[in-house]
Amino acid sequence: MVEFVQQLINGISLGCIYALIALGYTMVYGIVRLINFAHGDIYMVGAYIGYLTAHRIGPHFFPALIIAMAGAATLGVTIEKIAYKPLRYAPRIAALTTAIGVSIFLENAVRKFISPNFLPFPEMIKRVPFEVRGVTFSNVQIIVPLVALLLVIVLQYIVLRTKPGRAMRAVSLDKDCARLMGVNVDKIVSITFAMGSSLAAAAGVLVGIAYPRIDPYMGVMAGLKAFVSAVLGGIGIIPGAALGGLFMGLAEVMAVHFINSAFKDAVAFVILIIVLLVKPSGLLGKYVSEKV
Amino acid sequence: MSNASARSSFAAGFLRTFIAPAVILAILYQAIVAAFGKNDYYMYVLTLSCMNVILATSLNLINGFTGQFSLGHAGFMAVGAYLAGSLTKFTHWPFVPALVVGAIGASLAGVLVGLPTLRLRGDYLAIATLGFGEIIRMLIIASDQIGLKFLEGPRGVMGITKYTSFGWAYLLAGISVWVLTNFIWSTHGRACVSVREDEVAAEAMGVNTTRYKVMAFCIGAGFAGLAGGLHAHFLQLLHPSSYDFLKSVDYLVMVVVGGMGSLTGCAVAAVFLTVFNEVLRRALELRMLIYAICLVIIMLTRPQGLLGGKEISLGAFKYLVPSYGRSRAGSGERGLT
Amino acid sequence: MALLEIEDLAINFGGLKAVSGFSMSLEKGDLRGLIGPNGAGKTTVFNMLTGVYRPDAGRVLLNGKDIIGLKPHQITALGMSRTFQNIRLFKGLSVLDNVRIALNLTASCGVVESVFRFPKYYSEEKRITDKAEELLDLFKLGDRKNALASSLPYGEQRRLEIARALATSPKVLLLDEPAAGMNPQESQELMGLIEWINKEFDLTILLIEHHMEVVMGVCRRIQVLDYGVTIADGAPDQIKRDPKVIEAYLGEEVRDA
Repeated sequence: MVEFVQQLINGISLGCIYALIALGYTMVYGIVRLINFAHGDIYMVGAYIGYLTAHRIGPHFFPALIIAMAGAATLGVTIEKIAYKPLRYAPRIAALTTAIGVSIFLENAVRKFISPNFLPFPEMIKRVPFEVRGVTFSNVQIIVPLVALLLVIVLQYIVLRTKPGRAMRAVSLDKDCARLMGVNVDKIVSITFAMGSSLAAAAGVLVGIAYPRIDPYMGVMAGLKAFVSAVLGGIGIIPGAALGGLFMGLAEVMAVHFINSAFKDAVAFVILIIVLLVKPSGLLGKYVSEKV
Repeated sequence: MSNASARSSFAAGFLRTFIAPAVILAILYQAIVAAFGKNDYYMYVLTLSCMNVILATSLNLINGFTGQFSLGHAGFMAVGAYLAGSLTKFTHWPFVPALVVGAIGASLAGVLVGLPTLRLRGDYLAIATLGFGEIIRMLIIASDQIGLKFLEGPRGVMGITKYTSFGWAYLLAGISVWVLTNFIWSTHGRACVSVREDEVAAEAMGVNTTRYKVMAFCIGAGFAGLAGGLHAHFLQLLHPSSYDFLKSVDYLVMVVVGGMGSLTGCAVAAVFLTVFNEVLRRALELRMLIYAICLVIIMLTRPQGLLGGKEISLGAFKYLVPSYGRSRAGSGERGLT
Repeated sequence: MALLEIEDLAINFGGLKAVSGFSMSLEKGDLRGLIGPNGAGKTTVFNMLTGVYRPDAGRVLLNGKDIIGLKPHQITALGMSRTFQNIRLFKGLSVLDNVRIALNLTASCGVVESVFRFPKYYSEEKRITDKAEELLDLFKLGDRKNALASSLPYGEQRRLEIARALATSPKVLLLDEPAAGMNPQESQELMGLIEWINKEFDLTILLIEHHMEVVMGVCRRIQVLDYGVTIADGAPDQIKRDPKVIEAYLGEEVRDA
């Protein structure tokens, strides 16, 4: 039991990170129907911005977080403008291939201009371990979920209570119709990319604090798993992505601990296949069949 | 219909489908060997190109012609590689039977993947096949823990005999393209394309869409397995990292750059990108950066691929012929709308 | 025994009774109309007949064989073919290939025979192409056979869709609003075409149509659907005068005015 609670706590931290990345995936997919393969790399870049900031101004958590989020948002919007926007009406696979190109670009740019090796992430928050009835955890494992939760609440507020949020929901339902109703679709797409990218960057900084080692390819597997989380929750559905991410983190930690560490990455794909076969619309999704 | 006319069209067809390609392939082979045969490095790159031609054309059958969306091609390749490689290394089978068994094994894997994922469309199918491909790779990584000790799990198997020469790769690439071409330009190929064009209408016109989707996965995966077998006996190594998701992406890029639904286009793209990648090695660390930028630029300027669904014909004068390609504007999935 | 026997067909979509108690009996050579206001469930009936939807209740016998639960391609192979309300051609393919694909189910050469170009491949390919060209000629599309289907004008796309449906050698043909989007002259021509197919191919036709002139002009008997229920069934003259039909189309009469 102690062991289970211990893994539960570990899983929640990891799950929150997946959840934050998954939110960006789900938002972008909801708006432009693009699997943004570069999203995992934005998360990686976010972690590196946090790393560089800490080296410049010292290991302060909030400045690093905010600068990383702002930097990633700018990067996300720039990528959208240059690489995706011209392909908005092209066959979907062309945009997907471009996203893959962007992903390779970001990984190799970081390799080339920062470092191809693992880097130690600066300790922005002093780790204070606790022990309660045999379960050990640290303040980091509390801070990570709290920050994630705060960000999700802010996101939900923006999407459900503000004017751009309403416009986003309109665009995700019917882009052309939203345009006719006077919504500036390009602006909304940019806002979506900015928000999604900044959440990914936040995840990048948080992962640096929780697992202090970063490398240029850290976004590949994390991105895939976050995407699976988004599918699991029902792609395009924001609470679904958060839920899916949490589930994914827990499942991974549990599988590694109770089954075999070789299944660390496999578990995500097994979950994916099961979801797609049993309920392809995801946990919270509705299945829309084709009209004949 | 008269039997005589059928017989004469058969004779003409025999010439066109058997003799002409064989002659052209033989001449091209002689030319390549004469031009590059002395340089081992060039032959290495060309051998690699031939294997990539098999992978790209077979993936195009699934993605470009049948309109499915597979991102798991490397997984099928891994099945073929591990099967064929194990057979020659551990049971000392000769090369060709091992390749054949590898291909059959991969095509069975293709059917296994195809059957459950058929209900899925577009992006969901892409992700499901990606998942299957990764699961295959992770099973290989875990192989030493699940009773297949000889596969050595994450360490891989060394010391596979180097059977794959340029000649073998070239011959098998030629046969693969020939088989795929003949398949596509038959009633069965048309049925596959109809699935891509409009699945509901295809069913209504009596096309068993399930059968053709599985068939596309089966044939496509089989050729991927064949290429995998060649690959294993080329690198003399079986290693799970050779068949990861990024490899599937490489083949997808060849298909997309060459043109969805253009066999010749993606074959050319496969050779071009393989050579391009080798040329870029001189740029060392900048290689992947340049590759990525070029990829994005190609997609931005020619989203329908370099050849855009046209086929390069053997006829010297009309070198571009219309095909089942997806060249017209606004075709296929309108995506993002 | 009727060629197509439909008994008490019903389907619900999430609690909504889309169609209920739909029955119809078509004899060989019949040319029947199915009309009704928008959303009355006409296309839903077609979708149930052709296996796109599985009805919740009822029986459909085609030539005495129960076809409920069969896949659309199996039903087509048994001899029932259709066109679509919102034309569904294989847009990126040539006119000829559109028809040749519909002949796939008649092809008797296997995959291996095709790939290795057995003599059978050539004879089958020739038979399929000849047959397709013959059909295209009948529908005055012969000189357009190499054009992309999507490049045809609207009326020709409709004709091609009918030609394609006929290529599956159906005994029953279901036409879903073939005159939609046509001008009066085009729909006039279409009426002639439908009557001609009915006679020439000795086909049984069930026609959904909005254009009253078309249905009234060609159908010998008409069934009217409203909110998924049959409200009238009879000869065109009868239908025209039926108060229920008038009400369904024009709304309830304003009594105290």
